Amino acid sequence: MDEPRNPALPGVEAALGGATAPHDATSVLEAARLVLERDMTLALRRRGQLVQPLAFFAIVTMLFPLAISPELARLREVAAGVLWVAALLASLLALEFLFRDDAYDGTLEQYALSGQPLTGLMFAKTAAHWLLTGLPLALMAPLAALSLGAPSESLPGIVASVAVGTVALSLIGSIGAALTLGIRRSGVLLALLTLPLSLPVLIFGARASELAIHGESYVAPLELLAALAVLGITLAPLASAAAVRISLE
Amino acid sequence: MPNEGLEIENLHLWRGERHVLRGVGFSVPRGGCLHVAGPNGSGKTSLLRTACGLLHPESGRLRWDGRDVYEDLPAFHSALIYIGHEAPLKADLSARENLRYWVGMRRRAGRGALESALQRVGAGAWSERPARTLSAGQRRRIALAALSLLVAPLWLLDEPTTNLDAEGQQLVGTLIEEHLAGGGLVLAATHHELPLPASRVQRLELTHG
Repeated sequence: MDEPRNPALPGVEAALGGATAPHDATSVLEAARLVLERDMTLALRRRGQLVQPLAFFAIVTMLFPLAISPELARLREVAAGVLWVAALLASLLALEFLFRDDAYDGTLEQYALSGQPLTGLMFAKTAAHWLLTGLPLALMAPLAALSLGAPSESLPGIVASVAVGTVALSLIGSIGAALTLGIRRSGVLLALLTLPLSLPVLIFGARASELAIHGESYVAPLELLAALAVLGITLAPLASAAAVRISLE
Repeated sequence: MPNEGLEIENLHLWRGERHVLRGVGFSVPRGGCLHVAGPNGSGKTSLLRTACGLLHPESGRLRWDGRDVYEDLPAFHSALIYIGHEAPLKADLSARENLRYWVGMRRRAGRGALESALQRVGAGAWSERPARTLSAGQRRRIALAALSLLVAPLWLLDEPTTNLDAEGQQLVGTLIEEHLAGGGLVLAATHHELPLPASRVQRLELTHG
């Protein structure tokens, strides 16, 4: 086809040609995959930040048996609630870092100017956040549940509820994290913004876990959790992209 | 195409109580370079950020190749590269990884292209080092490598020569000249002189504080 005139700048011709995109332009999916890969790589290089919410979750769920009673029958009554409050606060703990570093070093600015839909990139960032906090929390939940006296038959239900519920929590949280970007020491404000919106997740999540512990069907609350997660997937990236654009002004 | 290039008319921008840009206007054709000069705090960065569509001015018009840029911001963004006074690098990623993720957002750059861009800015010896160990000048050189890899006709550069040694500044000049020769357009904000022949450069002086 047409050879570039200037070998030092390959592709210039295509880009200068006007409305047509260069033939090697990155698609939205590729860009989103790169954002995901970059966030995962970074998190694995800074393990301290990664471990913090998990350690918090483990400590809180371990303290309850000491404070209430070592009697498993009594612990079992509060297990679902304890588990879910700890999971909610742990996922909130990690939220502050979701966009903060990218805002400071100008990465968000480059994302906003990349010509890629910012909504897709925000979705990728939130997905990375869930893989790094929500999923590990779901995998740790069985240990915590057992130490709170939950029977082993209830574990699949508990893992499922935490896994699905944290998807919704990450997405709701991403809106709050994006809205508080311009504010220094935004932690408290972020919690105030995010917690009320997270309450449905807490209620249905705890209910699903409780039903699982009592050996009853937990499908109904789990479906409601899934509905919340789908709602979040549809709307939250749009909202956080808009909030990020405002923060760049 | 009529009016190829960047046209800005009567731009007014307020930042809170401050009236930063007071009726700024200019027109740069393709192949032209505009040096935005002025003392610290005169609004050079605000002008660049407005020109790339990050800041929304209170009034004024921005046209790229004759079209209002606000009609299709994503298309305008694909046509420009903005590099702020700090290169957007992650401290925990190596110079090469930073470059790969940065450029990859817009185009597929192969390993070879990445390598030759790094060689060209003199980063061959330290491309594996994490960005946190790099000096300000080295970070700036990574930004230059990105500039040569990201393909877009409009370059908006904030203090492109800051922190660079003489050879690095010359490299900025060479990159800009190559870009202009290929029909590109450059807006550079700096209170230094640009390493280009004065005949190639239009000058815009911002004075308001």
